[in-house]
Amino acid sequence: MDQILGNLSLLFEFPVVNVKIILDGVMIGALFALAAYGLALVWGVMNVKNLAQGDFVITGGYVAWWLSGQGLPPLLGVPIAFVVLWGIGWVIYKLVISRVIERDLFTSLLATFGLAIMIAQLLNLMFGSDTQSIQLKYDTLYFFDGFVDVPIAKLIGVLMAISLAAAVIIFMKTSRMGQAIRATAQDARAARVLGIDTDKVYAFTFSLNSAICGAAGAIIVMVWVIQPFYGISYSIRAFVIVTAAGLGNLPGVIAAGLGIGVAEQYGAHIFGIGYQQAVAVLLLLLVLMIRMLQQRRMRQSLK
Amino acid sequence: MNTKNIIFYVALLVLTAIAPFLFPDFRTQLATLWLMIVVAMTWDMTGGQMGYNSLGNILFYGTGMYVAAVISIGMVHDVGAYTDAGRLELMTFTERQYFVGAIVGIIGAGLFCSVTAIVVGYVTFGLRGPYFAIGTLGVAIAAGELVSNWGWIGGGQGISLPVYPGNFDVGKLFFYYLFAGTGVVLFMFLKWLYSTRFGAAINAIRDDEEKAEAMGIHTMRYKLTTWAMAAFFVGIVGGISGFQLIHFEPLETAYQTTNLGIFMVVCVLLGGKGTLWGPVIGAILFHFIKEVTWNYFLGWQWVALGALIVVTVVYFQDGVMGWLAHRKPQSPRL
Repeated sequence: MDQILGNLSLLFEFPVVNVKIILDGVMIGALFALAAYGLALVWGVMNVKNLAQGDFVITGGYVAWWLSGQGLPPLLGVPIAFVVLWGIGWVIYKLVISRVIERDLFTSLLATFGLAIMIAQLLNLMFGSDTQSIQLKYDTLYFFDGFVDVPIAKLIGVLMAISLAAAVIIFMKTSRMGQAIRATAQDARAARVLGIDTDKVYAFTFSLNSAICGAAGAIIVMVWVIQPFYGISYSIRAFVIVTAAGLGNLPGVIAAGLGIGVAEQYGAHIFGIGYQQAVAVLLLLLVLMIRMLQQRRMRQSLK
Repeated sequence: MNTKNIIFYVALLVLTAIAPFLFPDFRTQLATLWLMIVVAMTWDMTGGQMGYNSLGNILFYGTGMYVAAVISIGMVHDVGAYTDAGRLELMTFTERQYFVGAIVGIIGAGLFCSVTAIVVGYVTFGLRGPYFAIGTLGVAIAAGELVSNWGWIGGGQGISLPVYPGNFDVGKLFFYYLFAGTGVVLFMFLKWLYSTRFGAAINAIRDDEEKAEAMGIHTMRYKLTTWAMAAFFVGIVGGISGFQLIHFEPLETAYQTTNLGIFMVVCVLLGGKGTLWGPVIGAILFHFIKEVTWNYFLGWQWVALGALIVVTVVYFQDGVMGWLAHRKPQSPRL
């Protein structure tokens, strides 16, 4: 308890600490937002709640890590992870997801939970259970007399995340396929009547989602660490963000992503690093409860 | 109940009683089988009969384990001092201390979990469909994380309990009969419960909650009661598991969200949701498959189990009972 109070007072005595925490939070939050955007896409378009989201992220990380171990420049790992995870996503769609789209919501949740376990265990078998990361040979920038350190590698990672997000958004707004995806999300039956091959759209959406996750993972492995069983915590965070922001609300997803990143960093600072995961999960419960109270109020207004 | 049924049930009861002597090499596996049967049946109470698919029932398993351990240790020693590393001299328990502690601890675990279910349920039962599943999963993960940071009960290192005093083989029998006894009591309780108005009410909640509420069923009260009853039994088997395992730690054994937490759901789906016998058959099938994969796909067993989950959910969701009902619609249900 004393330690928690001490950590709290540190925040007020040295305001620079806040800057560091917020910067760290925003940088990791950008990657959470990326994974959450993919989840919102799949959820909105095909009504599948993908609990294997975080495991796609980790798989992408391992692809990039393995490639850099083979001597490839680490930054090249991001596009390659994108392509590889696109393929994995397509195979998973054809084998599993295409068969659960029409079923009730719990089915997709459970099926993707099974997938999550499978992917995590396969990664564990292939790469072992140690934490891994890629060390980039870039300098670190220092601000405020060295109190705030920003590794250039992290900056590059965030910039890549932002440009990937921008590319996906432009694609969704302008391309023919993007329009088809949005039409299917609005009304799948009407889209089918108008000649859109919805099965193709679903396959494309799911592959795109897994590719986005893969690229996010390839960025994460350059700035933080990955481990086969870290996937579930990324899935939980993606769920927090999407539940808080709602479907099809892009600014909301970004804001919630950055918000959870910052909240987690503060939680880790105040309660200790061991509580970082718990903070993410407790935020999920908080968001769910707020949503529930909102819905309860709406139901009562109908009476 | 006609004579044929009575003979059937008595035969099963006798088989349960003599099973550890028929297969003396598999006593621990048989005990685990009963554990699976109990958690599957309790999951089906809310998931199958009431339509609330929880992914977080493992919360009660882990909590039961810890509560039973803390009670039985706390009756003899100071818990904080006991969990401190290097205090091995505190590990001694007399035979009497062991059994009284175990029984009080296990029953206390059940009661504590019932209360936990009411508190957690009051918050989460407002959530519908997948949000309920995600919410309960969140509670279970959060509980595991918090316990692993709580130094007083051992933190991430977990707790070691005293070893069963006396013969090792007799200890195995002791735990088998504890698990099997809980399972038999639970089965008889559910057989009775599902035939009462209470059973009809929770089925009504599953079929259409709004209509059930309009018919005058106090849905929240029924939901909380059902979950509290399920949690009581999960807490009890959790407590027994703690004593059987001797040592357990929070994330991998107690709050094992991705192992037992999901296995219980798969057992129910494999056997058939919303039936009395489905969870029992499913648990037996699942446990059998699990042991086979453990023996023949060493190293790949978890991948095989993940695949089993996916295949069950995607292709075989009605389970054995659903398949039987489809094949022979006229046959009497057990």
